[in-house]
Amino acid sequence: MAAQLEVRNLEVRARNAAGEEVPIVRDASFSLAKGEVLALIGESGSGKTTIALSLLGYARPGCRIAGGSIRLGETDVLALSRRELREFRGRRVSYVAQSAAAAFNPSRTIMAQVTEMALLHGAASREAAERRAVDLFRSLALPDPEGIGARYPHQVSGGQLQRLMAAMALIAEPELVVLDEPTTALDVTTQIEVLRAFKQVVKGSGTTAVYVSHDLAVVAQMADRILVLRNGEMQETGSTARILAAPGNAYTRSLLAAAAPMPRGADAAPDAPPLLTVKGLFAGYGRGGSGGLPAVPVLRDVDFTIRRGSSLGVIGESGSGKSTLARVIAGLLPAARGEVLLDGKALPPALAQRTPAQLRRIQLVFQSADTALNPRRSVAGILGRPITFFHGAKGAERDRRMKRLLDLVQLPAALADRQPGELSGGQKQRVNLARALAAEPDLILCDEVTSALDTVVGAAILDLMDGLRRELGLSTMFISHDLHTVRSVCDEVMVLYAGARVEAGSRRGIQEAPWHPYTELLISSVPELRQGWLEERGSVRGPEAQDTRKPACAFFPRCGQAIPGTCDVVAPPRRRLSKGAEILCHREEAELMRAAIPSGP
Amino acid sequence: MSGVLRRLSAGGIVGLAILVFWVAMALFGSVVAPHEAGAIVDMEVFLPVSAQFPFGTDYLGRDMFSRVLHGTRYTVGVALIAALIASGSGLLLGMCAAVWGGWVDGIISRTLDTLISIPSKMFALVVVAAFGSSVPVLILMAGVIYTPGAYRIARSLAVTVNAQDFVTVARARGEGTLYLVREEILPNILGPVLADFGLRFVYIVLLLAGMSFLGLGVQPPNADWGSLVRENMAGLHEGAPAVLMPAFAIASLTIGVNLAIDVLSGGRRSGEAG
Repeated sequence: MAAQLEVRNLEVRARNAAGEEVPIVRDASFSLAKGEVLALIGESGSGKTTIALSLLGYARPGCRIAGGSIRLGETDVLALSRRELREFRGRRVSYVAQSAAAAFNPSRTIMAQVTEMALLHGAASREAAERRAVDLFRSLALPDPEGIGARYPHQVSGGQLQRLMAAMALIAEPELVVLDEPTTALDVTTQIEVLRAFKQVVKGSGTTAVYVSHDLAVVAQMADRILVLRNGEMQETGSTARILAAPGNAYTRSLLAAAAPMPRGADAAPDAPPLLTVKGLFAGYGRGGSGGLPAVPVLRDVDFTIRRGSSLGVIGESGSGKSTLARVIAGLLPAARGEVLLDGKALPPALAQRTPAQLRRIQLVFQSADTALNPRRSVAGILGRPITFFHGAKGAERDRRMKRLLDLVQLPAALADRQPGELSGGQKQRVNLARALAAEPDLILCDEVTSALDTVVGAAILDLMDGLRRELGLSTMFISHDLHTVRSVCDEVMVLYAGARVEAGSRRGIQEAPWHPYTELLISSVPELRQGWLEERGSVRGPEAQDTRKPACAFFPRCGQAIPGTCDVVAPPRRRLSKGAEILCHREEAELMRAAIPSGP
Repeated sequence: MSGVLRRLSAGGIVGLAILVFWVAMALFGSVVAPHEAGAIVDMEVFLPVSAQFPFGTDYLGRDMFSRVLHGTRYTVGVALIAALIASGSGLLLGMCAAVWGGWVDGIISRTLDTLISIPSKMFALVVVAAFGSSVPVLILMAGVIYTPGAYRIARSLAVTVNAQDFVTVARARGEGTLYLVREEILPNILGPVLADFGLRFVYIVLLLAGMSFLGLGVQPPNADWGSLVRENMAGLHEGAPAVLMPAFAIASLTIGVNLAIDVLSGGRRSGEAG
């Protein structure tokens, strides 16, 4: 069968800061048969998105397709005129971007935007386009396929919007669909439903697709073939099964190694004294809720202890209150009720009442080093300030300490004069970490510190943090939505759902059944690095429930184990499981055990 | 600095040159001018452009070139000080409102909103009617009128920066307001604030020129460019340079400042990217 898509010796050039043109994609050649799904995989800067965009005949501003050929069907894409390209895009090739929220116009209905492409190209009448849209909504497993088109983008969830964007891309029945990290911004529990819908639609309609991702486990579910890229050069290409089982290239092997969870650190001694104890914590935003609670409660009755030298992982999806928890401990958001004890002594809830010594002992490290570092200050200025502020060190003494900090986070001392804009993502995150260490804290609160980084870079940061923790005897609270990350660095794990601590236990405990039904959903939603996982995993009750009443157990609408009449009216009790964990559930241990997924992760 | 110069476009060079020229004239115009501001140098009024009188003569036969140079102090000087007052107080209040938030923000914002709801020309007329027209009154009046606009811009910029994680980290460290404002927020909003300062300056030049044209601005025997246009209106139908030249001076100043602003804000933008 003749190839549907044929790319030969593609070269894309971009202008760098000095104004010179440098190739960012070199000599890329691949072909795709009709109905095949090819994954482009690599780290940021590998050129995967650049190649994907060039398939639409597009180069980002400052970039230029400098050579090679792209053929789709009988068309030479690079020879098309501007006018022909307009006809070509959307009609014959379409694009699904990472952030659907940014791709939808908030002031027009979903149906108007989904059918726009078909109407614009005159491919169908309005009735026919809307009929096809409803069919697509149905096959993408969207709730209320007849009615969802009349809503506006803010009235549906992020996962639904991502699927609606796929509908938008498929409406004109294109020959090729380019999907650019379409599930990267989603929670794992949402991602799985979106992946399932994508796969069903792409396979069902026999669409040829190019799937761009940095996540090998996701790609393993979606793609027939994988193309591995690094620095704009092809490293390896082959069938998904072959690449996963027998990678021929050293770089591919390092990617596979970084994707597999690697346990770090030893469990801290269980008899270590508690450093931070949180008791009955309620917090939220706005005033005027009932019983002195905030109008918008975010955290409800959270208890936990972090022992000296240990690491607590906090997992939950977006909106579960995990970042709010860090803000409450740091004093940025005073708790409405409950207390935070440091070394057994209560910390004042508000920042202004805490002593400098108390502030010094707890430090924050944020997710995005881009916004966590002041772009107008040098690394020396960023690190020097906390040294002077907390320790009063100046001049040579400050420089000596700064050198040691850069050394601790494995950065060369020469970096001190640079500004954040001149550093790579990994380097910025190390500076971010060094600033927290400058205070010589006892506890570091890490909010999604590796989420914005490539897998390999993120793994290096986790290794570094683990080393520092042991070297300096630090305790850490590690907030993440990624179960892999938390399992690999934390001694203890706490699962938050809608602000309530639904499960807490040791790292070992979180790997063993039975679990709280939500923990189980989280665990079973993390894609595994093998083909066929998506098909094997049965569907869970989706997050589409639209009940506005607040059930007693917040997880009730999504729970596969829910007992109607009990879970929605009576608050779930705390229950101690024999594995040592504590959960918040009406179900008995034996019942949960029976329902648990057969093969543990 | 050399990097800034290298980035200059042709328009930017022209703008900066015009600006530097007028600022120099505001400082040294009275020294450079060939004649005293009030000296009658020729019996002929509304003389055309000549080598002896580059801008012609006015309705009393005074040298227009000298009068424009003497007037620079009033137009550029007064507007510059008023713009500094407006942008400075707007910036200070805006950053305080952003950092403190809550009721402080509420009080400052609502007070300045009240001020912004009064038409600026009407406010100026009332102030001049109440206190008479003198240079200090004009400066303070223009400064007050343009403070709310500068405040709005500075506050919204500062609120955005204030929400960034690096400010949160500094706050969690226990840093005081002065440090937050000076080290973390100000350097990150300075580019747009400077551009806004240039715009305020132009608005004030135009407001004061308008006031003077109505006879309510700088009072005789002193004259700013607006007054020069007004007193020579009789020469307009003759096409006398006496009425056109000060108008051209106003135009060249506003255009020059706008060209210079583009360099300033554009330069800082490309600096951020690199």
